[in-house]
Amino acid sequence: MRFASLLDSVGHTPLVGLPSLSPSEQVRLWAKLEDENPTGSVKDRAALAMVEQAEADGLLQPGSVLLEPTSGNTGISLAMVARQRGYRLVCVMPENTSAERRQLLSMWGAEVISSPAAGGSNEAVRVAKALAQEHPDWVMLYQYGNQANALAHYQTTGPELLADLPTITHFVAGLGTTGTLMGTGRYLREHKPDVQVIAAEPRYGELVYGLRNLDEGFVPELYDESVLTTRFSVGARDAIRRTRELLLTEGIFAGPSTGGILHAALGVARKAQQAGQEADIAFIVCDGGWKYLSTGLYEGTLDDAEQALEGQLWA
Amino acid sequence: MSVEVRVPTILRPLTGGEKIVQAQGATLEAVIKDLDASYPGIGERLVDDSGLRRFVNVYVNDEDVRFMDSLQTPVQDGDSVTILPAVAGG
Repeated sequence: MRFASLLDSVGHTPLVGLPSLSPSEQVRLWAKLEDENPTGSVKDRAALAMVEQAEADGLLQPGSVLLEPTSGNTGISLAMVARQRGYRLVCVMPENTSAERRQLLSMWGAEVISSPAAGGSNEAVRVAKALAQEHPDWVMLYQYGNQANALAHYQTTGPELLADLPTITHFVAGLGTTGTLMGTGRYLREHKPDVQVIAAEPRYGELVYGLRNLDEGFVPELYDESVLTTRFSVGARDAIRRTRELLLTEGIFAGPSTGGILHAALGVARKAQQAGQEADIAFIVCDGGWKYLSTGLYEGTLDDAEQALEGQLWA
Repeated sequence: MSVEVRVPTILRPLTGGEKIVQAQGATLEAVIKDLDASYPGIGERLVDDSGLRRFVNVYVNDEDVRFMDSLQTPVQDGDSVTILPAVAGG
């Protein structure tokens, strides 16, 4: 496939069947390989769409400074897009994220400001909002509340999935900003009213939930509960186990958030199988495993790997 | 019905520091009521007049109760109930 530039190649990712992990010929699992995007994650779609929307709104000029709270992938995608378009990028990222994320951000020329580990992304959002107040000339695209994030998936991920898998019955994705689930989910529901939209939410170690009080909790502005059929919480151990299983049985080298999503997808598959229903279950491979090699996720026993991820923002 | 309830750090001052506590009840609402009897004050941190508080997520066997019957979600012997504050991803 030929594209005019790297940015033009965002999306159009393959959907591959999982013959070994699918429970039967009637209940089939399909992986959408979002790691095949230019910076290696699903976030390229949202980052490009948010920048293009900001340009259309007249918010950006050459040399403008973008500001974004991110646990990594959105920052990396924005760094690439910003570099291509001539903007600067300042990322606020929790300090408990993998070393590779930090290296990649620097490579693409982003500045990284660390936020405290305790409180995870909530803290990154808080720090970024404070910085935005101090620097009114900076443009915070704010992935958690930017409709262009969800719209990117409504306009690209959803149509791609339906075109490749017209018999889709279930869509499973990770819940972070909620953009992937909201946009893809809305598109699929409009065209397949019976489709089930399932969220897999990472359950981190306790450090990440280290809020001072419950009122500091955070629900992304994009989140609309009515788009979802249900929502599962997946801990690090199940995520790691499934990440390894995906690698060993189907050859797909993915990051831990994908393992969490696969865990939810397999749960859904088991239910369909028990109910004797036919199912085509598509799920998102958010990113490849490359950025997590230093975490120890792929080495040693499950206990070792679980221990290594404790307190990290692994999704 | 006896269930295991996982309590987040932020609410542990109310459970004497306990991370996992036992509670009784046939629905989530009954479980929370029983929790509050054992650990006074925990109930109002989880529930207000309109139901579960906005920044509180509760999962029965890892499924979000808001997509089941919310406070009326039935629980069975041996189920696990996990309480977590809502946090950001991305």
